[in-house]
Amino acid sequence: MGEIPILKIRDCLLVSIQVDMHDRLAMALQDDLTQRIVEDRARGVMIDISALEIVDSFIGRMLNNIAAMSRVLDAVTVVVGMRPAVAITLVELGLTLTGVRTALNVDKGLEMIRGIIDRGEREDDRRDR
Amino acid sequence: MIVETDETLPVRTSDDVVRVRQAVRARAVAAGFSLVDQTKIITAASEIARNTVDYGGGGTLRVETLRNGQRRGVRLTFADQGPGIADLALAMTDGYTSGKGLGLGLSGAKRLVNEFNVTSAPGQGTVVMLARWK
Repeated sequence: MGEIPILKIRDCLLVSIQVDMHDRLAMALQDDLTQRIVEDRARGVMIDISALEIVDSFIGRMLNNIAAMSRVLDAVTVVVGMRPAVAITLVELGLTLTGVRTALNVDKGLEMIRGIIDRGEREDDRRDR
Repeated sequence: MIVETDETLPVRTSDDVVRVRQAVRARAVAAGFSLVDQTKIITAASEIARNTVDYGGGGTLRVETLRNGQRRGVRLTFADQGPGIADLALAMTDGYTSGKGLGLGLSGAKRLVNEFNVTSAPGQGTVVMLARWK
């Protein structure tokens, strides 16, 4: 397992899914990421799905779970690069991915993560004062 | 209506689900489907293939490419000898699941295709037919 590499860039983890995932691989990624968030004290997780030709309910559930788990571990998850055909299909399938933040590409995703982390820190400062 | 190609694949493991997606993609591309239409039928196939593995205890998929005059289509027939579905209307409800899924498999797949039919009874297994036309 653990066939999908997880890259660390400063305080963010980056995963680019480049293979047609079977279900066990999706589950393994979910576990690996959760562990890495804690080990690396990551504040952000970016999942690039631009190579995915489909997102079905199983992969959708995995994305939802990763977002929920990272939120509990004080990290922000952003899913980037969804193909238009995948987006159209997801909506018709009935999968709304509530709770999953999305951005158009890796650049926008990083910006979004930075923005959320910085906002969070400012709020913490205000509370501390 | 003419059946142009006809093949049958095993649907027993989660690796088979990946192979089902690849086979359906190849047929949808060959039938000249647009990218959105390809994505829809592959996603629908993935949902039902997983049901066949998880709830049906494994089965088979028959993939046919069809021609009806100028129209071309792909028909998928998933069959298993599993426990069957006791309450089809309930199983077709969005959000209903007897397992650990999101309960979108059957109802979601139905929305992604042009033709959809389920035949099932307790102890009789389940046959799901999906077809999408170009």
